[in-house]
Amino acid sequence: MAATDTPAQDPTATTAPAAAPAPRRSSGKGLRWLRRNLVTLAGLATLAYLILPNVVVMVFSFNKPNGRFNYQWTRFSTDAWTDPCGVADMCGSLGLSLEIAVWATVGATVLGTMIAFALARYRFRARAAVNTLIFLPMAMPEVVMAASLATLFLNMGIQFGFWTILIAHIMFCLSFVVTAVKARVMSMDPRLEQAAQDLYATPVQTFLRVTLPIAAPGIAAGALLSFALSFDDFIITNFNAGSTVTFPMFVWGSAQRGTPVQINVIGTAMFLVAVLCVLAGQLAGNRRKRSKRS
Amino acid sequence: MTATAAPAPPDEQSDDEALPLRRTPARKRLVPYWLLLPGILWLIVFFAAPLVYQASTSIQTGSLEEGFKVTWHFATYWDALAEYWPQFVRSVGYAAVATVLCLLLGYPLAYLIAFKAGRWRNLVMILVIAPFFTSFLIRTLAWKTILADGGPVVGALNALHLLDVTSALGITEGHRVLATPLAVVCGLTYNFLPFMVLPLYTSLERIDPRLHEAAGDLYARPATTFRRVTFPLSMPGVVAGTLLTFIPAAGDYINSELLGSTDQKMIGNVIQSQFLRVLDYPTAAALSFLLMAAILAMVTLYIRKSGTEDLV
Repeated sequence: MAATDTPAQDPTATTAPAAAPAPRRSSGKGLRWLRRNLVTLAGLATLAYLILPNVVVMVFSFNKPNGRFNYQWTRFSTDAWTDPCGVADMCGSLGLSLEIAVWATVGATVLGTMIAFALARYRFRARAAVNTLIFLPMAMPEVVMAASLATLFLNMGIQFGFWTILIAHIMFCLSFVVTAVKARVMSMDPRLEQAAQDLYATPVQTFLRVTLPIAAPGIAAGALLSFALSFDDFIITNFNAGSTVTFPMFVWGSAQRGTPVQINVIGTAMFLVAVLCVLAGQLAGNRRKRSKRS
Repeated sequence: MTATAAPAPPDEQSDDEALPLRRTPARKRLVPYWLLLPGILWLIVFFAAPLVYQASTSIQTGSLEEGFKVTWHFATYWDALAEYWPQFVRSVGYAAVATVLCLLLGYPLAYLIAFKAGRWRNLVMILVIAPFFTSFLIRTLAWKTILADGGPVVGALNALHLLDVTSALGITEGHRVLATPLAVVCGLTYNFLPFMVLPLYTSLERIDPRLHEAAGDLYARPATTFRRVTFPLSMPGVVAGTLLTFIPAAGDYINSELLGSTDQKMIGNVIQSQFLRVLDYPTAAALSFLLMAAILAMVTLYIRKSGTEDLV
């Protein structure tokens, strides 16, 4: 990462005014360099703070702890990597979390996209009320939503489990999808749709071949966000799961009972897969851009 | 909200093929309501109604065996406040400190991505988002390792006698970091830092770099440029970032549970244990209602003060 600094070091490369440290020129090259790159160094320090726990999780996935807790380095071992499902119930909870995340994503994306189109494309009454109802779940501490929804389920005599978790997850993911899709549809040029209609496209054709492809990145962003939020949610699930154990619930429980190394293996694997996906997507995007240009 | 669908004339659907010219606009008028209906209904039933329901639960009395009844028992609020005001104050305090720290740490990083990273921008961006892909509970547990009593961080802080200073200030205790306010605030800051960096980056990235050049041409020093040009233009990001950090931090109970001791319990911990362990639903409802009211009041005040009402 230190290479980030090199362009800034070269005064001809930066557009920032380089006249600042003039009176302190005598205080040495090192200090001047430090002054000029102070923001960069502070930013990199923050980045390190953000990344450090992931590095620790990764390193400790190769640990072989003596006790039940994987907090202290003992010795190197690949046992956990060769037997990732060796802990009772862990992979089951992981599967359940994935299942809930998929359905919550589908539900929230469909409902949220519909609301976003209504908000971006139509005039209707109670618009302000709808906007408030969309905004409030995002401005509400999770415990409040969690406790109130659980109170409702409890009083209705509804059995806690898969369905209550799914209902709760769709509820809190919805607003994020609306925000993401609405931003995209609002920034879309309305003349594109008018052009399609001038060319005798039916409203359905216009929607499927013009509107939807343009809105797609917003919908995809909303869906990805929903998946991540649902998969990683703990507080709302904690209140509405009953005795059902999702992956975050399993990790929470293990903090009390003893943390198996396999938790770190799952954490590391998820991290690596996600980073590889993003990098691959970016490379593909770059290549497409380049081939379009040539 | 049920009035939303009201202007829909019910007989409009029945006359199918007749009067196509008059029917089309009527149908079009209905489209937004049909689009809104399922999602809004979902939010009303599973978000808004529970909040109302919770308000009524908070003034109920009774027991698990006999059931709870609304008795307008407002004393629950006073009792809850009298017993748990330290946790309330602590939550607001920890969340405020964590938010300020997030701003101080996050701003340079957002600035770096927006203006200095150049061709490394995408990589740095990925590194900011990537931690999200590991469950935040696992990452918070990693802090237990990092801040462990015999670990390098505590060792270095001890060698520099910094822990003596922080102990004197009352944010650590003895020669350790875990199970102290410092550890909880550190965890909160860490967990909500990306929520600060991303909105900051979005608003910084929109700034025209020529404004910086113009400020430099007008003999503004970099510090002046920042104070008079960059920072004011990034205000929407600052407001959004502080809200996105403060609100979840104030209601959080994971960091204080995993990294703190009983002396660092926050209001979220109390609500959780009242609801899931003590099964005292009225108290849990009263506390979460108070938390909601406090946060909504603070957020409204803050948005008014910072003058960016169009944010919402």
